[in-house]
Amino acid sequence: MTRPEIQTKDLHKSFGDNEVLRGIDLEIGRGEVVCVIGPSGSGKSTLLRCVNLLEEPTKGQVFVGGTEITDPDVDIDAVRRRIGMVFQQFNLFPHLTVTENLTLPQRRVLKRDKAEAARVAAENLARVGLAEKADAYPSSLSGGQQQRVAIARALAMGPEVMLFDEPTSALDPELVGDVLAVMRMLADEGMTMMVVTHEMTFAREVADRVVFMDGGVIVEQGAPDQVIGSPSHERTRHFLSRLLDPARAEVEETADRAGKTE
Amino acid sequence: MTGTGTSDTGTSEPGTQVPVRKQGLTRRQKTAVSRGVQYAVFVAAVAALAVTADWDRLQNQFAQADLAERMFPEIITLALKNTVLYTVSGFVFGLVLGMVVALMRLSSVGPYRWVAGIYIEIFRGLPALLIFIFVGVAVPLAFPGTEIPGGTYGKVALALGLVSAAYMAETIRAGIQAVPKGQMEAARSLGFSHARAMVSIIIPQAFRIVIPPLTNELVLLFKDSSLVLFLGVTLEERELAKFGRDLASQTANSTPILVAGLCYLLVTVPLGFVVRRLEAKAGEATK
Ligand SMILES: Nc1ncnc2c1ncn2[C@@H]1O[C@H](COP(=O)(O)OP(=O)(O)OP(=O)(O)O)[C@@H](O)[C@H]1O
Ligand SMILES: [Mg+2]
Repeated sequence: MTRPEIQTKDLHKSFGDNEVLRGIDLEIGRGEVVCVIGPSGSGKSTLLRCVNLLEEPTKGQVFVGGTEITDPDVDIDAVRRRIGMVFQQFNLFPHLTVTENLTLPQRRVLKRDKAEAARVAAENLARVGLAEKADAYPSSLSGGQQQRVAIARALAMGPEVMLFDEPTSALDPELVGDVLAVMRMLADEGMTMMVVTHEMTFAREVADRVVFMDGGVIVEQGAPDQVIGSPSHERTRHFLSRLLDPARAEVEETADRAGKTE
Repeated sequence: MTGTGTSDTGTSEPGTQVPVRKQGLTRRQKTAVSRGVQYAVFVAAVAALAVTADWDRLQNQFAQADLAERMFPEIITLALKNTVLYTVSGFVFGLVLGMVVALMRLSSVGPYRWVAGIYIEIFRGLPALLIFIFVGVAVPLAFPGTEIPGGTYGKVALALGLVSAAYMAETIRAGIQAVPKGQMEAARSLGFSHARAMVSIIIPQAFRIVIPPLTNELVLLFKDSSLVLFLGVTLEERELAKFGRDLASQTANSTPILVAGLCYLLVTVPLGFVVRRLEAKAGEATK
């Protein structure tokens, strides 16, 4: 592998006494799509947020595009321009129209002129299939449309890396497909992507690699078919069985607990 | 175990109910009696007032048409105009200062937070009148030779601004904190600096939230502008309250006070209506 686009070295993060990340070493190459899976509270979001320093790591280093962003002397705002982030709750700016959501950051942060910002905005809205919503306000859009606008907003900044934190978890099931289609398109275009998701079909078909986290460490990682298809760790198997067949897993869990109390 | 326990109390509940006894008044009767009593008291009070009041004297004191007529157009072109000028300049100064104090209150730098906190506590705790006296009397005495720019207008803007900034700072701070955390995170992830995100993303949203309470503050300031009375103003600088009082003492009649009062209501009642409309709209938007 050539120089990794994203790299973490012995990454630790604690909130008070709660040690959420306990030494994460991860490398993501240029153009690679990595899906991060794991149970709730395992630290997936925290890891993602450490990669663009929305959370400050307690210990360890993070490199993006070869720059150490955990270096206190680095201009974090400049680094963040190269890293797009998509949130579970979309976080569109509700007081701005769809187009303004895309143009304001370009104008204020990248200092692009009005015409160029508008051109890039229109281009990216078309890419996510929402050209006709250019003048709408976010509140008038469906969740799926809002999330696609949020992706377009991040893309308009011309990022080299995209981070996704459960981008489809807040969506009605019938709207998930549109968002995943946009992400699949990005992956096909060669974008470097780190995706926290519970969408196992997406992980299987699109990811180059799947990382399974639990308790603040990477338990196992590898090709999707290997990690999802034939996991080598019991914790991975347990997690996947609950995810893929929740109804059955519940019975197992109750039986498990009853066994312990006896 | 616990399961059977709860179901036990559940079944025993109907048995503990006291049987309805037909004694005393029913709920419907009680409501009727209560309402009847309230109307009776109201009618009695209005009747007592009508009988005891000296209507001729009252009309003579408060409603002399020719006296009221003489106040126009000056009461509008001079007094109301000055009241509005004082209020608006005080509001603008208070808004700017309040914004700064609110941002200091939210700063990560300790001393800024303390200074802002102390400012808010002091100026919310003092009567507005005292601040007017302070600006009008104490400042010129303490710093002889220094002139507050803008003369009386500057002094009023300063006094009203100092008073309202404390309230507005707290309102604006609450507004900023009401903007969801995800907005700042989204802005930062796009490469906005903290300051630029505040200005471009957070504060515009916070202002939408605080427009109704700020309009309310404008109404309060409109009334407080009457304290200019204590600064000592020239004839040209008189506002509604001073204008009404001067004429009342000249003519030994209260009609000018009544007319001045109506001029205040001319502005405060519609503004109050606007505030309630804005609040209702904001309430709907959050649903
Ligand atoms: N800002 C914070 N302050 C304190 N504790 C936090 C904070 N953010 C996260 N945590 C804690 O860190 C742990 C991991 O949280 P994280 O959000 O990274 O998990 P996750 O794997 O993304 O879970 P989920 O699937 O529910 O999103 C949790 O125990 C959470 O309570
Ligand atoms: Mg999460």
